[in-house]
Amino acid sequence: MSEQLRPDLALIARTVRQGARVLDVGCGDGALMAALRDNAGVDARGLEIDGSNVADAVGRGLSVVQGDADTDLRYYPDASFDYAILSQTLQTTRRPDLVVEELLRIAAQAFVSFPNFAHWRGRISLLWGGRMPVTRLLPDTWYDTLNIHHVTVDDFRALVKDRGWTIDGQWFLKGDKETTHANANLFAEHAVFLLRK
Amino acid sequence: MASLSMTDDSRFGLRRQVRLAGPLPLDSGAALGPVDIAYETYGTLNADRSNAILICHALTGDQYVASDHPVTGKPGWWWRLVGEGKPVDPARHFIVCANVIGSCMGSSGPASLDAATGAPFAMRFPVLTIADMVRAQAMLLDHLGVDRLSAVIGGSMGGMQALTWPTLFPDRVESCVVIASTARHSAQNIAFHEVGRQAIMADPHWRGGDYYADGQVPSAGLAVARMAAHITYLSEAGLTEKFGRRLQGRDAKTFGFDADFQVESYLRHQGLSFVERFDANSYLYITRAMDYYDIAEDHGGSLARAFTASKARFCLVSFDTDWLYPTAESRIIVHALNAGGAQASFVELSSPFGHDAFLLECPELNRVVDGFLKGGRA
Repeated sequence: MSEQLRPDLALIARTVRQGARVLDVGCGDGALMAALRDNAGVDARGLEIDGSNVADAVGRGLSVVQGDADTDLRYYPDASFDYAILSQTLQTTRRPDLVVEELLRIAAQAFVSFPNFAHWRGRISLLWGGRMPVTRLLPDTWYDTLNIHHVTVDDFRALVKDRGWTIDGQWFLKGDKETTHANANLFAEHAVFLLRK
Repeated sequence: MASLSMTDDSRFGLRRQVRLAGPLPLDSGAALGPVDIAYETYGTLNADRSNAILICHALTGDQYVASDHPVTGKPGWWWRLVGEGKPVDPARHFIVCANVIGSCMGSSGPASLDAATGAPFAMRFPVLTIADMVRAQAMLLDHLGVDRLSAVIGGSMGGMQALTWPTLFPDRVESCVVIASTARHSAQNIAFHEVGRQAIMADPHWRGGDYYADGQVPSAGLAVARMAAHITYLSEAGLTEKFGRRLQGRDAKTFGFDADFQVESYLRHQGLSFVERFDANSYLYITRAMDYYDIAEDHGGSLARAFTASKARFCLVSFDTDWLYPTAESRIIVHALNAGGAQASFVELSSPFGHDAFLLECPELNRVVDGFLKGGRA
């Protein structure tokens, strides 16, 4: 599988340890899982809500279960994975805080990546246009977007602090390039956090 | 050269039947022996015996998974999944499909002769379970020299057997495909089966099961059983699309009890054609086996515990319009497998055809099964 990974996934793929046990929550068609399996000997399992994505992932030989992050994580035993991955899914869950709690129960560490809704482009769009932003990063309109919890980098940091989680790593992306931590809340389009309890 | 010897070996090929001495100990405490098993094999067992796939059939199915049925002349019941260029391919796999014990297509069942009396067993045949069927399959595989299954695959009752395999023989199964099935028969499932059994037993020709001598078989009862069951294999939307309220060969209602509606005519046809190929007592025994089926019950109430000894990979598929073994039943299995850390895949596919979808055209099903069996190996 030499397909190009999305930048946040490529970053996660570079960070996951060789041979680790990984649960990818919201794994889509399994692109990251396949890369981890093929390049890093990772034992990867997936959870994905969309049936046709699951069919794609199973079709490439991956162990993926159709299910919902909000309701199905409780069936996984404690500490059964080295990493849980929640990429671009946090903002679509009904209770993002509880989902992250579950990830940290199931796995020693959790990658959480999300689009930063405080990126300056979105701010300007809302400030001057008075409309919910529709940008390259957030291409859907308010009524058909799957994103139901709009979260910013600073919001997420506040949640982490409030829950007493530990940040083991954080990365910020602008397009497909990593960007500075300084003013990430204003300049980062995507954030990737690596957490532990 | 395995391939050379296999063509000469009468154990392999189409329309095989073997008498195994047994005795096969049964869950009921009784034993069955000798055990006749009718089966077919396709393809060639490779040198390291690593390419064997067992296909398990459903309630009224048979061993003719990929060859023409000798009675009906129809193509094999799972030709869409098994055959040249299909996900299960005799060019790559050694494929075995056996008639379950209790059935009537050549394996030991109530219509078989009891060696002790020289007469058909009828209701003196021991009551069976799904696990008993699986143990008989294992005896057959011993006879064929197959120690390990690369995969066991089944839909509906075949899925129950497939799911039972790794619980009974954890070291013999590498992967397991369970389609449109369940880990236990629900009260509703049992209820529908009881309607069918009572229809058969209420037929005056049934006579306590001793109807083999004079050929007066309980066909009316069996036909009704089939009609009731057939409804559970379809979906409301599918029935509406296929028949609606359309009338059968007439312009107006007759104000009588002929088959006015197309759906009535269709069901009657299903019932009548079924009795030509199936034994009423076998229908009683196999539905009973399904009703007794509850994997968790056999493992102290814990479904997860049933699979702890197995290293198999699992693939579960349900269909969104299947109300006989709905998606929730597959999810119960998936959650149990997740709890035990098993490698499990599960997908609910979309089809208008209800439970029957697993036998019908479904490219997504083929894609999922093909990808799962290849397991990421090109």
